[in-house]
Amino acid sequence: MKETPSSTIKIDFWQRLSRNRMLLTLLSVLLFLLIWQVLVSALNLPGFILPSPAEVGRKFLDVLRTGLLWRHFSATLGEILLGLLFGVSAATLLGYALSKSPLAERLLSPFLVGSQSIPMAAIAPLLVIWFGPGLLSKVLICSLTVFFPVLVNTLVGLRDVPPELREVMESLRASPAQTLRYLEIPAALPVFLGGLRVGASLSVIGAIVGELVASDRGLGFLINVGRGQYDTALVFVAVICLVILAASLYGFVLLLENRVLSWQTWRKEV
Amino acid sequence: MTFSTTEIALEVNDLEVSFVDSDGSLEVLDKISFSIERNAFVCIVGPSGGGKSTLLRAVAGLIQPTGGNVLFPGMAEDKAQTGLVFQKPNLLPWRTLRDNISLPLEIDQRPEAEISVLTQEMIRLVGLEGFEKAYPHELSGGMAQRVAIARCLVQNPEILLLDEPFGQLDALTRERMGDELLRIWNERRKTVLMVTHSISEAIFLADRVLVLTCRPARLIMDLPIELPRPRADAMRYLPEFTEAARLLHAQLKDTTVPACQL
Ligand SMILES: Nc1ncnc2c1ncn2[C@@H]1O[C@H](COP(=O)(O)OP(=O)(O)OP(=O)(O)O)[C@@H](O)[C@H]1O
Ligand SMILES: [Mg+2]
Repeated sequence: MKETPSSTIKIDFWQRLSRNRMLLTLLSVLLFLLIWQVLVSALNLPGFILPSPAEVGRKFLDVLRTGLLWRHFSATLGEILLGLLFGVSAATLLGYALSKSPLAERLLSPFLVGSQSIPMAAIAPLLVIWFGPGLLSKVLICSLTVFFPVLVNTLVGLRDVPPELREVMESLRASPAQTLRYLEIPAALPVFLGGLRVGASLSVIGAIVGELVASDRGLGFLINVGRGQYDTALVFVAVICLVILAASLYGFVLLLENRVLSWQTWRKEV
Repeated sequence: MTFSTTEIALEVNDLEVSFVDSDGSLEVLDKISFSIERNAFVCIVGPSGGGKSTLLRAVAGLIQPTGGNVLFPGMAEDKAQTGLVFQKPNLLPWRTLRDNISLPLEIDQRPEAEISVLTQEMIRLVGLEGFEKAYPHELSGGMAQRVAIARCLVQNPEILLLDEPFGQLDALTRERMGDELLRIWNERRKTVLMVTHSISEAIFLADRVLVLTCRPARLIMDLPIELPRPRADAMRYLPEFTEAARLLHAQLKDTTVPACQL
């Protein structure tokens, strides 16, 4: 069979396109924006119901220039990072302690399971009442949201360290600290990082829920402001920033996982 | 070697081990007593599931005996006395071959230079040069087992406890590793207690062969092997060798009666 030059070029183009992930993503985003814009113009929707992408873009540049966006973005980011710091540290420490004491684990596990099923949105107002509308309550809410997945995964990771490898450490007369360093941390790390990945995503939700309840800064506050002023474009800007924030956090943990677990080509029984 | 023949390195007195679980207790070791002279090479044979690994674990201090005790006469309490090679290699999957072998030295907090030298020496000894950077999943079963042996030897323990260390090796490598083990034993003046399933291997390597019965394991035979040292392949055809093999085989056949089912 003979192909005409133009058809080979066409096939070549589509093949190259389907291989280029970046370009594809960009294209799909552009397509989405286009549909959105067409929808808004066609239905003639007012801006406070659904602003057009162009409007949102204008708003974005606007708040970016005045520094408003950065102020609120950095406030939320700060809450999340502090929340992660405290939540992850507390969960890791408690997880290690509980893994060493099966009795304590059994005593605490009903509370752990129970508290995990309380929606954060339900206790966020409570925390705001107790700890005020400032930074503290947000950091606490954030910490609590990351706490449980990280705690559970730390526990599971440590509990699943193969007992025969524990025996090896014991036969080599390793101290508890050495066992932690040479065996428990590397063995539990994959599961732990899985928990951190979930926790990092949840922490964004935690911070926003806290801000929506009561705050004077942050992306959640910005959403409240936008809503109050029927400035829907502002709400969109805040939401998009949140998505970017959550995705970057997730990506960062993923990167960490790939980095730390590069030796993880194993997973076979040894 | 006369000075060492009477000194006792390891003493096992009325050792009893039972495992307790939900449906009662399982008696595995039943009043086992023996002692091993310093620098002796002793092999244990016995039916599968009888309790040989359990005995080694108890001697290594990994299991608390239900009764009796294990003593190391004339040895400093704090010194590394026993080194155990498990039945499975039990390597750390995230460490390279080299780093698995150096692990005991790192735990012992030796200086970096010393670790490097000793580890390299061990890698050469077990014939794994060129695989230093390989991860455990990239090794064959026999290679992994040799890494496990190297990891034990690198600590230079007084007493070597070996649980079927050559189980995964082919016949020829097995013999070579046996010779190698005899060389190390002779050079470094070790005391060896080794479990094996091979009667001929036990006779070829050991000064004494202990026979355990099925669970609960009792010691029913303690056979001295009167072959001269150093051992050579030709000795496998000596009448003493065959006679020992016949005795052990008969004894094992007696003990591995249907009662030995799990
Ligand atoms: N940690 C444990 N908990 C409960 N039972 C155990 C435990 N370890 C071993 N056993 C039991 O003790 C018995 C002896 O086991 P052991 O591993 O000592 O046998 P073995 O002589 O080494 O067998 P093999 O030659 O097949 O390696 C078995 O019935 C086993 O089920
Ligand atoms: Mg065994």
